[in-house]
Amino acid sequence: MSLTRNAPPVLDIPEPRPPATPPKHKLWFYRFDTKRTPYVFISPFFLLFAVFGLFPIIFNGVVALRNWRLDDPDLDGWAGFANFERLVHDEDFWNALGNTFGIFILSTVPQLLIALMVANLLNRKLRGTTFWRVGVLLPYVTPVAASTLVFAVFFSRDNGMANWLLSLVGFNDMSNPLDWRAYKWSSWIAIATMVNWKWIGYNALLYLSAMQSIPKDVYEAAAVDGAGPWRQLWRITVPMIQPVLVFTVVLSSIGGLQLFNEPMLFEENPAAATGGSDSQWQTIAQLIYKVGWKDLDLGYAAAMSWALFLIILIVAGINAFLTNRLGGGRR
Amino acid sequence: MTTVSAPAPGKRRPREIGRAPQDTRGNWRTYLALTAFLLLSAFPLYWMFVIATSTDEAVSQTPPSVVPGNQLMTNLREVFTMQDVYFTASLINSFIVAAVVTVSTLFFCSLAGFAFAKLRFKGRDPLMIVVILTLTVPNQLGVVALYILMGKLGWNGTLLAVIAPFLVSAFGVFYMRQFILHAVPDELVESARMDGALTLRVYWSIIVPAIRPALAVLGLLTFVATWNEFQWPLITLNGTEFPTSMVALSDLASGNYVIYRRVLAGAFMATLPLLVLLVMGGRQIVRGIMEGAVKS
Repeated sequence: MSLTRNAPPVLDIPEPRPPATPPKHKLWFYRFDTKRTPYVFISPFFLLFAVFGLFPIIFNGVVALRNWRLDDPDLDGWAGFANFERLVHDEDFWNALGNTFGIFILSTVPQLLIALMVANLLNRKLRGTTFWRVGVLLPYVTPVAASTLVFAVFFSRDNGMANWLLSLVGFNDMSNPLDWRAYKWSSWIAIATMVNWKWIGYNALLYLSAMQSIPKDVYEAAAVDGAGPWRQLWRITVPMIQPVLVFTVVLSSIGGLQLFNEPMLFEENPAAATGGSDSQWQTIAQLIYKVGWKDLDLGYAAAMSWALFLIILIVAGINAFLTNRLGGGRR
Repeated sequence: MTTVSAPAPGKRRPREIGRAPQDTRGNWRTYLALTAFLLLSAFPLYWMFVIATSTDEAVSQTPPSVVPGNQLMTNLREVFTMQDVYFTASLINSFIVAAVVTVSTLFFCSLAGFAFAKLRFKGRDPLMIVVILTLTVPNQLGVVALYILMGKLGWNGTLLAVIAPFLVSAFGVFYMRQFILHAVPDELVESARMDGALTLRVYWSIIVPAIRPALAVLGLLTFVATWNEFQWPLITLNGTEFPTSMVALSDLASGNYVIYRRVLAGAFMATLPLLVLLVMGGRQIVRGIMEGAVKS
């Protein structure tokens, strides 16, 4: 029966607060804990981001300057700017760029405007607040893959519901139905419809949250001018939520220009990745996928990714600037 | 929304003017418009169910059928037994991927969020700015190089390839930091440290209990986003025996002759788990989206 030397009894006694002088052997340990533990806590994020986020982006720049084919690993070496030069003269790229912008405008403008209206409706004293708010998120939680397949059926030429609805209002003849996939304009509308459907509710909640943080006395002050609900919305609410407007415009620019899922699955045979028989709705993201994994030319796909990145930067920047100005330049 | 009917003079209540919208009671037009919007939002889901339960004849009739049929089980059996689609496995895979990513995101992001919100260390603020900047990087930029990287690691075509890149998220760190900043008083952390608690101990016994609501919110958002991920899984998992449910869906819809009722029965199965989540945790998802907006 010897005294247990291993268990320091100090540990069991609650220390007085503040500790006069912590025991020597614990002191360095606490110092180490205060100084180093924060870095240990944040390191998993930075390590994982460095490996799977930052490195691919930098390495992508290297790949873009090289010959890199999946079907011909021996073809190697620096290509210089050959991939980028090819890009400038590539009709497919310019076609995809046009499609991306067309769909982007058709989907972003109505999306944000309708979201504003819906937010304005939700920004009332309502019965069942939670019900409405959760309800508008139905499209948000629905997988894009699933909803796009529904819309693909909805916009089908024969027996499609879209054509049937149009025929009801006299815009379409069921004996000579509209082939939504055949033309640029109709396929763009179909795809933009899917994007709008998915994101209106989400953006409405973003707007609603900003609307509810507007001080109430702003509205009282406006009562002197006799502003009705409609003027109230455009004269007070919209300028007051401008930061969130800028945020959503930038967000939809980044997302909209990378559009991939909807154009992919709108195809009658998604594996083809051509974006229609004549690439009438092929987006850049889709073209990158096709070039990289159907034509197996990773070097060229990487160059295209850079081009897309630049375009996103410019468009997001311009849009942020414009939205800022529109609201009266309230910086 | 565009009705310009002038209000009847007798019904006009002047005191409504000048009142903040959120104090104004919604009238019947508000409810009518919201109901219409909700129906439009729900309709594609409802119609997906209708086709998933129908026969081929019902799908191709004009006008289209809008009443569910009784063929759900037949259609689902076809989906689950279809060659080279691996639908059963894909649902399990999606669950594994989404669960692992969610747990990891919650753990690592709350750890980092705690450090950024409550601990003092050199370089804290610049590093936080780095985190925020990474939020704006379009993820598609690195897809080609990520594929090459996964090839070198030998992970392409395995679930590791779709788990590893999503183990942490900048949004998660940011969200956790904001929440911890406001939800946990500094004194609580200080006094625990005075009592001799190690930082990890403070995290586990003080931070984690205090941030449970935020963990629920971030967990739900992460699960939904991971489950719905399509492009990257398609690139790395397509053609293997380990698809996620989104990749399996695209296989189901590929081919020269597509059977709609079968495709949408699959789509219905892949959507169902998320609808259950929305019903159970809708309040939290709404909260997460709305809080994220205010703070960014």
